[in-house]
Amino acid sequence: MTPIKPYTFWGFLKSRGVHFVSGVPDSTFKQTYDSLITDDDITFVPAVREDVALGLASAAYFNDRLGAIIIQNSGIGNVVNPLTSFNLIYRIPVLMIIGWRGYGGPPNDAPEHWIMGDKSPSILKTLDIPFESLEADGFKESIDRLLTTMTEKSLPGALLIRPGVVQ
Amino acid sequence: MISRIHAITIIAESLQKNDLVVSTTGMISRELFITDDRSGNFYMLGSMGLVSSFALGLALLNPSNRVVALEGDGSALMSMGTLALVASEAPRNFLHIILDNESYESTGGQPTITNQIDLAKIASSCGYQKADRIENGDQLSVALTNSRNNPGPRMILAKVGIAPVKNIPRVTHHPIDIRDSFSNAVSNMLPK
Repeated sequence: MTPIKPYTFWGFLKSRGVHFVSGVPDSTFKQTYDSLITDDDITFVPAVREDVALGLASAAYFNDRLGAIIIQNSGIGNVVNPLTSFNLIYRIPVLMIIGWRGYGGPPNDAPEHWIMGDKSPSILKTLDIPFESLEADGFKESIDRLLTTMTEKSLPGALLIRPGVVQ
Repeated sequence: MISRIHAITIIAESLQKNDLVVSTTGMISRELFITDDRSGNFYMLGSMGLVSSFALGLALLNPSNRVVALEGDGSALMSMGTLALVASEAPRNFLHIILDNESYESTGGQPTITNQIDLAKIASSCGYQKADRIENGDQLSVALTNSRNNPGPRMILAKVGIAPVKNIPRVTHHPIDIRDSFSNAVSNMLPK
């Protein structure tokens, strides 16, 4: 399956109301991240850490918008406290676009990604955060399913993106 | 030196209807809550260190309203990278107030490191338009007035004493009620 192009990916998210994004880059979606920075229809704030991105993006809720963060899964640890003591108790939805380094565990990717690569889905499950593992085939349906759940439950949600799914 | 609750009283008196205030976890939110419980206050009950980035987001999205991040020295130290980000994004409507008692008072008064580290100097070198170091109530009032009449981002670093308020209640609002009340406050401020 051909990877999703940056224009297609952001175009679809913009059609779903995502116009305020903060993040920390990842090589998993290098071109997509680069195109985000230059997208005139998205306010982008380059965060200094993943929890900072989450704090920033959460502000969008109060302007009746859906904020998003884009991070690498190594940063999931940095957002656990703000998720549990902020977004989940105040019920503030934010779309978390997460590059899935170390997918499948060793020997894939570098050693520092092996454990988080294996544990990313179970951490999200433990926190009761809805998520979808994105595939290029049917990605729109997958995102819409996630956004519907996030809206109905007023919860943050995550898109896990393996290498090669998005450019 | 003034007590923190005295500083919060002076700050609360300076607030205008359209100001959005985000206060940090622990005693600072509790003291703001008993001093001036208003719908434009967002009490961040947890997530120490997150107020500055949340307030920065609010400031960028609501450029015609003043946004005040109200936190302690421990909270500011925990997210010092955000000082650089605030300076880099440079919202003119951003006021960062740090009530610096050189301690983690909410957890029992353990020392931080701000007896040696000047957060106002750090904010200045990051690129805040102004960072005032305040030692008494009169200076605080002047700095608050100046902050309203001049572009931000600005910091007011108020050195305050360790003076716990006896039997201070927790913030009694449910988190979802805090969210909805604050959300209404933001909506009501949007240009009609």
